[in-house]
This record gives sequence, C-alpha cells and structure tokens, in this order.
Amino acid sequence: MKRLLMAATISAAMVVGTASADTVKIGYMTTLSGGAGIIGKQMQNAVKLAMEHTGGKLGGVDAEVIFVDDQRKPDVAKQLANRLIKSDRVDVVAGVIWSNLLMAIHKQVTRSDTLLISSNAGPSPLAGGGCHKNFVSMSWQNDQTPEGMGKYMQDSGVSSVYLMAPNYQAGKDMLSGFKRHYTGEIVGEVYTKLGQTDFQAELSALRAAKPAATFVFQPGGMGINFVKQWNQGGMNDLSKLYTVFTVDAVSLPALKDTALGVIATQTWSPDLDNPMNQKFVADYKAKYGGYPSFYAAQAYDTMMAIDYAIGKAGSADTEAMRAVLAGGGMPTTRGILQMNSNQFPIQNVFLREVVLDSDGVATTKIIDTVFENHGDAYAKDCKF
Amino acid sequence: MTLTLLLEQIFNGLQSGVMLFLIAAGLTLILGVMNFVFLAHGAQVMIGAYAAASLTGITGNFYFGALAAIPITFLSGYVLEYLLIRHLYQRDHMDQVLATFGLILFFNEMIRIGFGPAALFSNLPPSLSGFVYILPDTPYPVYRLVVIGAGLVCAVGIHYLVNRTKVGAMVRAGANNEAMAAALGVNIGLLRRFIFAAGACFAGIAGVMLGPLTAVEPGMGEPLLILSLVVIIIGGLGSVRGAFIAAVIVGVVDTLGRVVLPLILRSFMEQSAADGAGPALASMMVYLLMTIVLVVKPTGLFPAKG
Repeated sequence: MKRLLMAATISAAMVVGTASADTVKIGYMTTLSGGAGIIGKQMQNAVKLAMEHTGGKLGGVDAEVIFVDDQRKPDVAKQLANRLIKSDRVDVVAGVIWSNLLMAIHKQVTRSDTLLISSNAGPSPLAGGGCHKNFVSMSWQNDQTPEGMGKYMQDSGVSSVYLMAPNYQAGKDMLSGFKRHYTGEIVGEVYTKLGQTDFQAELSALRAAKPAATFVFQPGGMGINFVKQWNQGGMNDLSKLYTVFTVDAVSLPALKDTALGVIATQTWSPDLDNPMNQKFVADYKAKYGGYPSFYAAQAYDTMMAIDYAIGKAGSADTEAMRAVLAGGGMPTTRGILQMNSNQFPIQNVFLREVVLDSDGVATTKIIDTVFENHGDAYAKDCKF
Repeated sequence: MTLTLLLEQIFNGLQSGVMLFLIAAGLTLILGVMNFVFLAHGAQVMIGAYAAASLTGITGNFYFGALAAIPITFLSGYVLEYLLIRHLYQRDHMDQVLATFGLILFFNEMIRIGFGPAALFSNLPPSLSGFVYILPDTPYPVYRLVVIGAGLVCAVGIHYLVNRTKVGAMVRAGANNEAMAAALGVNIGLLRRFIFAAGACFAGIAGVMLGPLTAVEPGMGEPLLILSLVVIIIGGLGSVRGAFIAAVIVGVVDTLGRVVLPLILRSFMEQSAADGAGPALASMMVYLLMTIVLVVKPTGLFPAKG
C-alpha cells in the first residue's frame, strides 16, 4: 500500500512538472487574512490588474499566478514557501509584505534556485552581507525611505525629534535609516509592540519630552490607531508629525481628513507623472474603486518586472531572468528603474503630503523630491 | 520621569484596565459560571465596533450609533447562544475550544464579506474630540475620560446586578453549585442564555468605545482576548469583583511596564541592548504577573467557587 501511494505521488508530481513546462508559474505570497488583509487585497488586485494589462501572459508566455496567504506568521510563510517550491514548482516566488517573514523564507527559496522577488519588505541583512543573487527587490531597502525623511528634516532645520517604531526588523531599519542623515537632537527613541492598538501611554511620555517634531513608522492598522490617537490627544499643537509607511491609501479611507497635512516620504505616489503610473492608477480606481496604495504599485511593478525579464531573457530560467533584472531598465510605475549592485532599486525619494483630491477624497501629493537616484547604504557589503 | 507623568501613566493604565474589564466581565461568568470555554469573545468586541461605526456612518450621529449598537450586541449574543452554544455545554472542553475557535474565523470572514477587508472609518464627534487638563500641564483626551466614566458605570452596574438582584443571586448560586441551583428551581438554561448575552453585550460596549480609538477592522478583538483571559486567571474564575481588580492591575502593569521598563534598563545597559530588551520584557510583564499569582494563589485572587 505504501509503495502504491508513493508511486501515485511520484506520478502526480510528474504531471505537474510537465504541465509547468509551457506556462510560467508565479507564487505570490501576501497577507490576505487578519488585520493586515487589506494590504494583501490591494496587492492581489494590482497583480490581477497587471496580468490583465499583459493579456494573461508574462514575457509573451502563458502565465499562472498562485496566491498564498501567509497570515502574517513566519511559520506559515515557511510552510507556504516550501509548498510553492516543491509541490507547485513555481518559477518565481514574489510578494511578501513583512520583513520578518521575508527573512524567514529567504534561505529556502534562494537556495532552491528559485527567484525571489520582494514587492515590499527590504530588510537590511538581505541588502548587505546576507544578500543572495536569487533575491531581487522591486520595492526598496527599508532604510531608503526614512533616510529621505531624515535628510528633509535635517535640511529644514528641525531642532529635536522623537522617534517611534514597532519592535521588529523593519522598525529598527527605519530608525537607523532616519538617523543616517539627521544629526539634530533625538529626545526619545521608543520601540512599540508589533500590532499595538493603544498608544496613549507612549503619547503621554512623548508629550512630556516636548520634541519639536515626531517621526513615526507604524504600518497598516497600527498607523490608523496612531494617527487617530495623535489627533485626539491634541498632539498637533505640541509637535509636528512626520511619518513613513504610516499614512497611505490603505489607512486614508479609515482616517479621511483627520490625516490632512501629515507629511511622509515615499518612493512612489499616485500623482507621480509617468504614463505607466497614470494608466495603473486610473485603471485601478476604475476597477476596484479608491486609490491604490504603494503596496499595490509595487506589486504591479513586480509583475511588470517579471514580464520584462522573461521577455528579454526569452525564458523563465532563474539565472537568465536574474541577469536581466540585475541589469535594470525595467518599466515601472516609478519610471524606468535602475538596479544597485545588491539588486535593490536605485530610485527617487519624494516628500508627500496628505491632501484632498478634486472629488474630496483624501490622497497623497508629491510636494518635493528629497533624493534623486538614491541607492541604499548596504550595497557595498553585498558580495554574491 | 516626573510625578505628574507617572500619575498620568497610572491613569492611562486605569483606562486600559476599565476597557479590559468590560471584555473580561462577561468572559469570567461564561468560563466560571457556565464552565464553558469561549474563545470567540473578541468577535463580540468586533461586532460592537462595526455596529457602532456603520450605524454612525448611516445616520451621521455618533451617539445614536453608539447607543443603538448596544442592544445589537446583546441580541447577537442571545442568538448565538440559542443557535450554537447551548448544544456544546455537555461536550468536553476540547470540543468547545474547536467550535469557538471556528467561530472566530467565521465572524472575521462574515465581517470581511459584509464590510470588506479595509478598516472602517470611525471618528469622534466634535463634542468629544477635545481635551481637558486633568493635572497642571497635562491635557487628556475628553473621550478617554468618557471611556473611563462609562466603564466605571458599567462596573457598578454589573456589581449591582450580580450582588443586589435576584438574577444576580441566581448567577452566584450557579457559580457556586449549578446542580443545587437547578434543584432549587433556577431555570439554568435561561440563566445561561442571559449571562451569555449580557457578556456579549459588555464586550460589545467595549467594542463601541474602542471604535473611535483604534482601527475598526476584521479580527480587531483578538489581541484583547488573550489579555482578558489573563485578567480572568488573575482575578479568579467567575468572579466579577476579581475581574475588575485584576483588569486594573493588568492595565496599570502593562502601561507602566511599557513606559518605565525601557527607562530602567537604559540606566544600566547599552542603549541598543536596552531598546531591544525593553519592549520584549514589557510585553512579558503581565504574563509574569499571572505566573506569580498562579504560584501563590492557584485559583486566582478572588475565586468564585469556595
């Protein structure tokens, strides 16, 4: 019986193997359930929109996207990555919102000679000494965006700042990125719990510290909680709020005009003026209602990069695709993107402000460019 | 840290304790009196928050939305008990865990289907969004004061209900010896349904009050469930008084731990090490407290069953 079962499994695996020969398979991992489900939903929407724009093909080859829900849990992510590599035999594993999840699956995916493309997370270890040639980022290295904010606040002469971020890899990267270009006084540095809902105690401590400015990184639902409580505490009278990845198209529908005037840096914005972005934003709004977030834009860019890589390489061979992506030049919603030596994008960092659009919907608008063609700080440590 | 800041932080702890109590009050009765393991209590918080946020959105009146949400949560608890829970009392605890864990997934998915995965907009009316000075140089959001007030009113109400009314006497009798209470003519089936619905209602009130403070999104009540279980264990199963005292203790310990521990660690550790260890230790504080209570008083501080 056991032998029969084994034979059956082997033949089943072979069927999958032959079927995948003429179609490209992409395993797309994101968070579809739980509090962060909205982020994953936006990314899934964007991937579907990208596939629509490419006519269901990637690089001219029939393509299939398998979505998996990591539930924001590293152990689940590991199991799913294993399944995508071994049982679904995908050509590319893409997506991944959270840095701690990307760290968890990085080794097993890259070592199985499968291309891993991040649509969001960009932890510093994977950009520096722990980089791998089979890993490509289509988003940013975590430090890049807060570096822009640090530079902007330094240049605009902000005298003192209070820092706050959740206690995990990305939170630490964000604050160290911020401090790279900001040399003013740091009156407080607080790490909150990941997934924290109530910030009242931290806000009380912040008020007592009396900083001229406050810099926070609170992604997803935490950003909604934070900005709400910031306003209710009348904190705007005391300190000016600067953010990264906290106020975006995911949180704005829940915040509406309470977030007006909040400043953030970002490598993308819905009003970024290039044809691919205008088409993406217009079609996304028409199809799903509401603005796409940067998560969605990066998911779209990931699919467009795969499309470009397969088209140019002529196959979905891991090394061939990697070589194309490493060379850069792919069209994205951020324009033609160039790549650094560690396969992270070199890109502009913009200053965005929350405004109301002509229909009275809260969105973000670019008000300045802080960095042009900005690479990350870790590329020099990366040797493939 | 100045004295006023310390007082303010204790006040913050009181506020989060009051919120925890509302969730734990129902849960301690369900666990203690009915001996029923109910994991989906966080879903009642979510139902309350969604009911209030969506009714406020439709009518444009925050007070109407908040008040109308309360009977909805009572009703949802009542119907849930009637449809499912009452069939599970005779099953063992593992079956109850499985069934009510399934309920968590069910409710989250229902909310996702009905309202979408995005967080709902919910904000305060202008009349509640200001702040007042509770201490010199210490502005405090009016709404949080309302939360404390409403929570304390509920606590007094629950205390009165349990200790001064006939229904309360039945509840206490049920907590002590259910078979004897039944033999003396208490309709245990109805009593259970009432306790369950009342518990859901209190959790719902917590959800209503949480809505304007936090993101109204699927699964929003789950982080609170674990903490309220800790509260129940510290307070003693089935004891409303124990739940109140334990909730305030947990709220204050959690709040002070988050704020004070990193400062203490920084005084003798390198900053980067303290920044890493501080939040990690702070989030362990309430569990350490629970462990100590379990070692010293295994039945909790105020056990209902003698």
